[in-house]
Amino acid sequence: MAAKDYANTRFSGLTQITTANVSRLQPAWSFSTGVLRGQEAAPIVVNGTMYIVTPYPNIVYALDLTKPGAPLKWKFNPKPDASSQGVACCDTVNRGAVYSNGKIIFNTLDDHTIALNAESGAQIWNATLGDINRGETITMSPIVVKGKVLVGDSGGEFGVRGWVTALNESDGSMAWRAYHTGPDKDVLIGPNFKPFYQDHQGKDLGITSWPPDQWKIGGATMWGWISYDPTLDLIYYGTSNPGPWNAELRPGDNKWACTVFARRPETGEAIWAYQYNPHDLFDHDSINEHLVLDLQINGQMRKVLVHPERNGNMYVIDRQTGEVLSAEPFAYTNTSEGVDLRTGRLKYVEAKEPKQGKVIRNICPPEPGAKDWQPTAYSPKTGLVYIPHQNLCQDMEGTEVSYIEGTPYVGANVKMYAGPGGNRGVFSAWDPVHAKEVWSVKENFPVWSGTFVTATDVVFYGTMDGWFKALDAKTGNQLWQYKVGSGIIGQPITYKGPDGKQYVAVLSGVGGWSGAIVAGDLDAGDPTAAMGFVNAMADLPKASTKGGTLYVFSLP
Amino acid sequence: MTRAAVVVILVVVSVVLGGQRSSATNAVAPERTLRVCADPNNLPFSNQKREGFENRLAEIVAAELHARVAYTWWAQRRGFVRNTVKAGACDVLMGVPVGFDMTLVTKPYYRSSYVFVSRRGDHVHVRSLDDPVLRRVRVGVQLVGNDGQNTPPAHALAARGVIANVVGYTLYGNYVDPNPPARIIEAVARGDIDIALVWGPLAGYHAPRQSTPLDIRPVTPQIDRTRMPLAFDIGVGVSRAHPELREEINAVLKHKQAEIARLLDEYGVPRVVAPAQGGAHAR
Repeated sequence: MAAKDYANTRFSGLTQITTANVSRLQPAWSFSTGVLRGQEAAPIVVNGTMYIVTPYPNIVYALDLTKPGAPLKWKFNPKPDASSQGVACCDTVNRGAVYSNGKIIFNTLDDHTIALNAESGAQIWNATLGDINRGETITMSPIVVKGKVLVGDSGGEFGVRGWVTALNESDGSMAWRAYHTGPDKDVLIGPNFKPFYQDHQGKDLGITSWPPDQWKIGGATMWGWISYDPTLDLIYYGTSNPGPWNAELRPGDNKWACTVFARRPETGEAIWAYQYNPHDLFDHDSINEHLVLDLQINGQMRKVLVHPERNGNMYVIDRQTGEVLSAEPFAYTNTSEGVDLRTGRLKYVEAKEPKQGKVIRNICPPEPGAKDWQPTAYSPKTGLVYIPHQNLCQDMEGTEVSYIEGTPYVGANVKMYAGPGGNRGVFSAWDPVHAKEVWSVKENFPVWSGTFVTATDVVFYGTMDGWFKALDAKTGNQLWQYKVGSGIIGQPITYKGPDGKQYVAVLSGVGGWSGAIVAGDLDAGDPTAAMGFVNAMADLPKASTKGGTLYVFSLP
Repeated sequence: MTRAAVVVILVVVSVVLGGQRSSATNAVAPERTLRVCADPNNLPFSNQKREGFENRLAEIVAAELHARVAYTWWAQRRGFVRNTVKAGACDVLMGVPVGFDMTLVTKPYYRSSYVFVSRRGDHVHVRSLDDPVLRRVRVGVQLVGNDGQNTPPAHALAARGVIANVVGYTLYGNYVDPNPPARIIEAVARGDIDIALVWGPLAGYHAPRQSTPLDIRPVTPQIDRTRMPLAFDIGVGVSRAHPELREEINAVLKHKQAEIARLLDEYGVPRVVAPAQGGAHAR
């Protein structure tokens, strides 16, 4: 799976590449995906074969690692509906496939989940989960738990109603679907639902915490990561922001947007939930990963979730009950002042609350948050969480005349820019037990790539200007770097090849929300494009061109 | 509307804006092409059968320029301008608001406003956003979901604390249905809501086509207290690469003013006079 393991640690036990020899890492082979959009996927390596999913049109490649140069074994083109490009939010990314029982399973932008024979590439089943014409898309990487393929949707910007769906792995039929707004029966909340905090208890909060009927177009999609704890038999994932964006139009907590759910994988039944951002003000989706860790907290071994939230806080949550044990800022934030641990509520700063007709400057973190989708890693050896993230703020005022579907309106003039210090990106190491940063490296551009860490204390990530880097996981000292063809926003991995050698692989190809200026040919003279991200990225076209190439590295 | 209609049809045409004589021997073919990008499924503005008033306006402009119209169809959703005019697929969009900065804009050929749509039989003569009736009945507004902003009436009502009785409709709807933004008008006719606040041309066209008689009244004030406009001047959007084309179209809009006014009347486009010119009411 893209996240390496159910706990989402992205920790590798491989030991050939070490802090002593990583400086000699060199390119072994490469492969062009033929698609010049943002490459966010993680390559998957199973049984001597590497599998890659491209951004739209979501082509799957199987590469034969047993032969020199890893020649193409098969290719599958799902030919997604062309109109999905016109209706999809953001860049047309895909975050990767999953392997399970001889099958490669992946999602397409136009709402299909497809299972292929991993050996031959032949289609086994093809399930339709949503409708592109309603604005629903899928970009996330599925996981398989106890014979269920778990998939969530994207498209909160179009007023869809978010869900997570479980398909039976055997034939792609739907086992259950849990909506994230609406009545308890749709959210799969029943008698066993025991949220920790009082304001999460009560009947049909997915209706009553909204103005009438707004839950029907309330967003709360799920385009991020799902983790699983086999000992407690619970899956964990967070939901996206509520729609519409303007908080003034939806008084109430807007449940169950920006919420982590614990559910039974076989039935979808909700066991507990916790809302990170009640009545979200800033498009702060909570779809970021939940690391499943057992940590010594205040002298006691606790089963916890560790979650770097878009709002800038690192949450440590009891994964049996949903109680927040700590929430400390891992990045600069002035929009909230931590979490009231008694009530569980985030303490918003009133002065930063967006209001119609009001200009608000210096909102930190801005819409993409202190950290977006880019997944962290955790090393049980160092005990540290490695966080690729951004350091951005934004100004917001409603002044720009826009026109959609024949209807004029005044759009928000949002401009993002570098936060305190002037660097737009950070790669940091965080001690989740003591809730503090141990080291950090500043990067010029937002760090929009994933990361992994090895048992030999080497941690890897990539930059949007195309440097693939290895650092000492204990100190943050840079040990190696290599310049690839286009900026990196993908998830690097390491694997042992059929020849017994350890390899490192990463997709290069800038894009995504932060890189839309390059992948989408946006106008650098239009600072509010990509919802204001272009203002912060006007120099990216000089630092990286488009790309779509897999790079694989090894020791000589 | 079939699913095929939403598939993007890239009409490959040569750019012959300078009007130079074509080397082709077919003497019948016009030598110029007016390359228009439009939504294939959004009446009264445009559709693939060329039944919208923007389709008709394109024909008027093309005839004056001795050109033929060539379309690139693309849903007018997020990324529309980027994927059409900005990508070089066409040179004009037949309707954009004045002040729109992604293209050049001609002088406006109409000014309309958001309107109240209600059932005639209900006798709700609401004209003002401050009318207390808006707190008592079910009011529908359309939600954009892009840019962190929404339609002006949605904001205007929220600013007045009118929320609990407001029903949001997505502007996008289901693209396999005909003219997806029109669902909110049908909701008034059906009785799901009592009043809809929608952009004038959408209401002016769809309201008379419902089985229940509906009334349309322009919203006042045109500029709300938060300085948000509820009335907009609409012109033709022209690619920044062709400023000379804007001047040509400006000349056509002036010359064909009476014909265009008749066209807008035919489609029931409610027009308002700008407050600076003394008018806050419908013409």
